[in-house]
Amino acid sequence: MKQQPIQWVKPPKAEQEPSSTRLVLTMAVAGFLSGLLTISIYLVTLPTITAYKIESLRQAVFRVLPNTVSIQEYVYRDGQLRAVKDGEKAKDEASIYGGFDIRQNMLGYAIAAEGAGFQDTIRLLYGYDKVQKRIVGMEVLDSRETPGLGDKIYKDLDFVANFKALNPLPEIKAVKKGQRTADNQIDAITGATISSVAIVKIINQSNALWLPRIHATHGHCFRSLSC
Amino acid sequence: MLTQNSAPDNAYDEFIKGVWRENPVFVQVLGMCPTLAVTNSAMNALVMGLATFFVLTGSSALVSSVKDWIPKQVRISCYVIIIATFVTVIDYTLLALVPKIHKELGAFIPLIVVNCIILGRQEAFASKNTVYLSVLDAMGSSIGFLFALLALGGLREILGVGALFGVNLFGEHYEPWVIMVLPPGGFLVLGLILLFFNWFKARKPEKSLNPALETPHG
Repeated sequence: MKQQPIQWVKPPKAEQEPSSTRLVLTMAVAGFLSGLLTISIYLVTLPTITAYKIESLRQAVFRVLPNTVSIQEYVYRDGQLRAVKDGEKAKDEASIYGGFDIRQNMLGYAIAAEGAGFQDTIRLLYGYDKVQKRIVGMEVLDSRETPGLGDKIYKDLDFVANFKALNPLPEIKAVKKGQRTADNQIDAITGATISSVAIVKIINQSNALWLPRIHATHGHCFRSLSC
Repeated sequence: MLTQNSAPDNAYDEFIKGVWRENPVFVQVLGMCPTLAVTNSAMNALVMGLATFFVLTGSSALVSSVKDWIPKQVRISCYVIIIATFVTVIDYTLLALVPKIHKELGAFIPLIVVNCIILGRQEAFASKNTVYLSVLDAMGSSIGFLFALLALGGLREILGVGALFGVNLFGEHYEPWVIMVLPPGGFLVLGLILLFFNWFKARKPEKSLNPALETPHG
């Protein structure tokens, strides 16, 4: 812009400072309108997003429990896992999915679990084969781990393959890549140890809750492999 | 650099400058975070570019229409609220419409809020110009950004996967250059494109150089 020559005249009266009330009010109105819009878009998109989440959970159950052709939702009531139909479940009641093969034999359960990751909550689903007492598949449903590092918990197929025949007892342990010696260990991801350990922790916590319930229902002892 | 004039050829210029002469990525080197992070495929680049287009154009239109009511002491906070609202709208919309791509883009959709191209256009242009010109300016900048993302995403996908928009280009004998879709590939391809742009600019006569644009930051 062109430079004005300096003139020795009284400068025009400075614009009056707006009052603090006006400033606060402006922000409040902006915040209020923004809030209204945010809530509206949330309510408009919620049904579609919920439907997608339910559908993607169903799809994931088939993937973490190989050979599954039909599934049934179960809740834990009065010391037993009980099958529930749509709408029978209380709103906050935790549930797991039983998977059945083509001859209607029960293969095992798909269990959804969540816990703290490196940045935000990680939500995952894993399949537990109740006959072989092994974890047979794991899929991360939701996470905001660091792109390029922590997101390998679902992008790195070698890491995901750790969970294809994993002994959950006495508990799962993450070890440095290539140092796996027992069938209850997984290879952690180099550069994303926290995310790898978070996955292990989430599954261990969930196992402590659900495995006794599963085996109480089916009448197996589960603390050791020999029985 | 900034003009209040609204002659038609000036309007055209406000639009076209963001696309090419003042391209936000290739010339101003702004918005590097999404540029490097989500351009591992052409599809991700396209969705990111369109999301930014929506946020930038919407914010510029709104900021330029309410600029007279916003005291200058709180203007930046108000711009951020406006931008964040548009980002929330596009975040939920993408989650509902294209959940798979939304999952791929992950944290980078909410991070559009802090894309300095957007706040930069509000402070440098929309807060001083008419709605008409601000929208043209925003559309120009976002198309320039979209073009840059697509160039990077397209090149990286072609080199790193041998495909474009998921369509296989070279058949099964092509050995993908995997590093191109990994983070280092973003730097390599961007560096090469910037090299080309600067070489292209240096070849042109001096008059086309605009010294105001020689300060990369952000």
